[in-house]
Amino acid sequence: MAESNNKDMIVLEGISKSFPGVQALDDVAFTLKRGEIHCLMGGNGAGKSTLIKIITGVERQDTGTVLFDGQEVSIKSPQQAQMIGISPVYQEVNLCTNLSVAENILIGREPRKFGAIAWKAMNNRASQQLQRLNINIDVTEPLGVYSTAIQQMVAIARALEVAETKVLILDEPTSSLDVHETEKLFEVMRKLRDEGIAIIFITHFLDQVYEVSDRMTILRNGKLVGTYDTESLPMIDLVAKMIGRSLSDFSNMTQIKRASKKNIKEDTLLQAEQLGRSKSIQPFDLELHAGEVVGLAGLLGSGRTEIANLLFGVDKPDNGTLRFKGEAIKKFSPNESIARGIGFCPEDRKAEGLVGELTVRENIILAIQANQGWFKFLSKQKQYELAERYIKLLDIKTSTADQMVKNLSGGNQQKVILARWLAINPQVLILDEPTRGVDIGAKTEIQRLVLELAEEGKSCVFISSELEEVLRTSHRIVVLRDREKINEFGSGEADEQKIMEAIAAGDS
Amino acid sequence: MASQTKPLSDSVMTVKRSDTVQRLKNFLIKNGPLATTIVIFFVLYLIGSWLYPAMQKPQVVFNLFINQASLLLVSIGMTLVIIAKGIDLSVAGVIALTTAASAALLAAGMSPFIVMPLMLVMGITFGLAQGWLIHFFKVEPFIVTLMGLFFARGMAYIITLSSLTINDPVYRFLALTKVYIPFFEKVYVYIPTFVAPVMLLVTIYLSFFTQFGRTVYAIGNNEQSALLMGLPVARTKLLVYAFSGLCSAMAGIVWSVSLLSGYGGYAPGMELDAIASVVIGGTMLTGGIGTVIGTLFGVLINGTIVSILQFNGTLSSWWTRIGVGVLTLIFLGVQSLFYMRQKHS
Repeated sequence: MAESNNKDMIVLEGISKSFPGVQALDDVAFTLKRGEIHCLMGGNGAGKSTLIKIITGVERQDTGTVLFDGQEVSIKSPQQAQMIGISPVYQEVNLCTNLSVAENILIGREPRKFGAIAWKAMNNRASQQLQRLNINIDVTEPLGVYSTAIQQMVAIARALEVAETKVLILDEPTSSLDVHETEKLFEVMRKLRDEGIAIIFITHFLDQVYEVSDRMTILRNGKLVGTYDTESLPMIDLVAKMIGRSLSDFSNMTQIKRASKKNIKEDTLLQAEQLGRSKSIQPFDLELHAGEVVGLAGLLGSGRTEIANLLFGVDKPDNGTLRFKGEAIKKFSPNESIARGIGFCPEDRKAEGLVGELTVRENIILAIQANQGWFKFLSKQKQYELAERYIKLLDIKTSTADQMVKNLSGGNQQKVILARWLAINPQVLILDEPTRGVDIGAKTEIQRLVLELAEEGKSCVFISSELEEVLRTSHRIVVLRDREKINEFGSGEADEQKIMEAIAAGDS
Repeated sequence: MASQTKPLSDSVMTVKRSDTVQRLKNFLIKNGPLATTIVIFFVLYLIGSWLYPAMQKPQVVFNLFINQASLLLVSIGMTLVIIAKGIDLSVAGVIALTTAASAALLAAGMSPFIVMPLMLVMGITFGLAQGWLIHFFKVEPFIVTLMGLFFARGMAYIITLSSLTINDPVYRFLALTKVYIPFFEKVYVYIPTFVAPVMLLVTIYLSFFTQFGRTVYAIGNNEQSALLMGLPVARTKLLVYAFSGLCSAMAGIVWSVSLLSGYGGYAPGMELDAIASVVIGGTMLTGGIGTVIGTLFGVLINGTIVSILQFNGTLSSWWTRIGVGVLTLIFLGVQSLFYMRQKHS
């Protein structure tokens, strides 16, 4: 095996690819060796997906060559890629839940008898293939009855079933798996690697990279940063290479936070007194001062989003009062809230916020437009002025203001939503998971932006599943558990340990 | 009559009882919509024959197949289209076009042995063209096939504004020859009656034992996934519409044979009857789930309602539509109930 280990399976040279308005890949080189687990690293928009698409024949490169097993190839379709032995397994399991497990593994190459599908042989072969991955399930059941983890394994089994898989591509396979399931996946990956299969592994979780990979290639903004042996690259350097700047930015933020803290005014903008809604959130008190960032910490489902919905008027409270600048609010509706100057970035930006088919400019002016009334005309010139201002202010990476939002990367899409709310000049901004699915670089930028807004005298409610992020950005932290406010920490007195203890305390 | 079970197998059964019960339960949940359709058909038919004892005659059952031959044919094609998450509104138009074109060509002296294959080729081409527009130009199937309906019916009226009679001896022979069913006394069907059941068997084979059929199911569940699984999505989608076109052309031939005429106004609204039958047969409009066997019973239910009304004689024939409408709604309810169950189990 030692000899074949050194043989290159895939060699990409000088690969460039551009999409309308975006240079997705710029002169990238990449080498994948036989029998290695190779991580492809980079933030959102770094060009990982495009690279994978070129290898799997979904997209064609503009320039550059692809060598597969020593020969130059031009891969025209996913089918062709599979035929020569390149099999991808995507983040969302791309299988058909209505078909049986066996079909999902074998359809396209199903065993036949007199031209008809031989179901028995198919089921047997599928079971065998799954046993190779240490999975023992009834393969005649429809795929949909099994958990995501199992579905992922079925997807891998399918990939392996392709006549002589030489390259297995795993695109964020662990994002919906728990620790044990991930561990099991890694076992399988190591086993396949030892069998001589080359594996490309894409993940956002850095510790997983160190746990399982042999080498890694880092991309940033469509350019190659470099290829490194995992052992020889410390995690801190990896992060620095991924975000393209040193970590001093993080400490920078602490200073901004400290500075902005002085700005917190006495007067309360938003004040909840025993505000609550049955079956949604227990009555809670909450004060939001001008220029303050209040973080909501807690696990998923602990009531964070429920509080946001109450504050923004999506849901009506059935208990307590909510005051805005001392005045009790009687009518609860998002429109009223917007009119008062409260903005809300919901958790699911695709479902609730962005319109991918519209341009950046149109998305940014959406809230203003809604606020002004739909029939009041906002001149084109004014629209562009606004759009350009926020593109600059938030450093949104787009070719022009007329670029369609769906062509932007996740982090930049998130910034467009932020821009939309900033455009109405809100006094209170409620951000529900603003950094979810966004790479580290964009994350820090969004966090810093939140603090800068506070410095300008605006207030923020900041919701995140990442404790460290809440700590870094918030002046005050409200801890939630099981739809109840259980504690509140002022700045300085909270640390990760204390908050986690508070969240966990109910269990003991 | 059930034969006596041996004690040995009996004891084996009891040992595995809990397992069997569980399996039966799973089977019922999985096949709930289909089972419900079949039960409703039998219940409906029993009620009918209790109200009108004449319906107990076996001939009445066979009449269902004689009278619903065209509907069954287009519904078979429609089932595959709907499983692939599409819809084909053009079917009744193709029937009308086929009858009108056949009648005109036969009147012009063309041999029926050329006319019939020609019609089948026309149906396939028509379906292929629709599939091509739908797949490669990404036009909604609803729009494409609605235009197909207008086009086909329009063409039929261009060919003839009034009903054209067919005097061809071959057609007359096919139309009037009774085929007696063995083991039943004086019970008969006509030659074209066999077309739909044969197509049904062909389609069952296609949908469960060929890559084409399984790809249809895969596309209906998730077209993107099917593509990434390396399945021939484009070809299959085209073929599904071509298959529906073929079924419609067959239905048109059967129709022109049994009425011995061609006319642009034939089979009014049959596309909707077909869709209703498919839905009553347990096929989900959301794609990916359903069987052509269910569709058979969907069509039979439709036919049974018609029969009951005919035997009654006093009720308006529009009660058929009302009955089918109510049943379809009930069915949609039953379906979502079963699928909710399935998800929870």
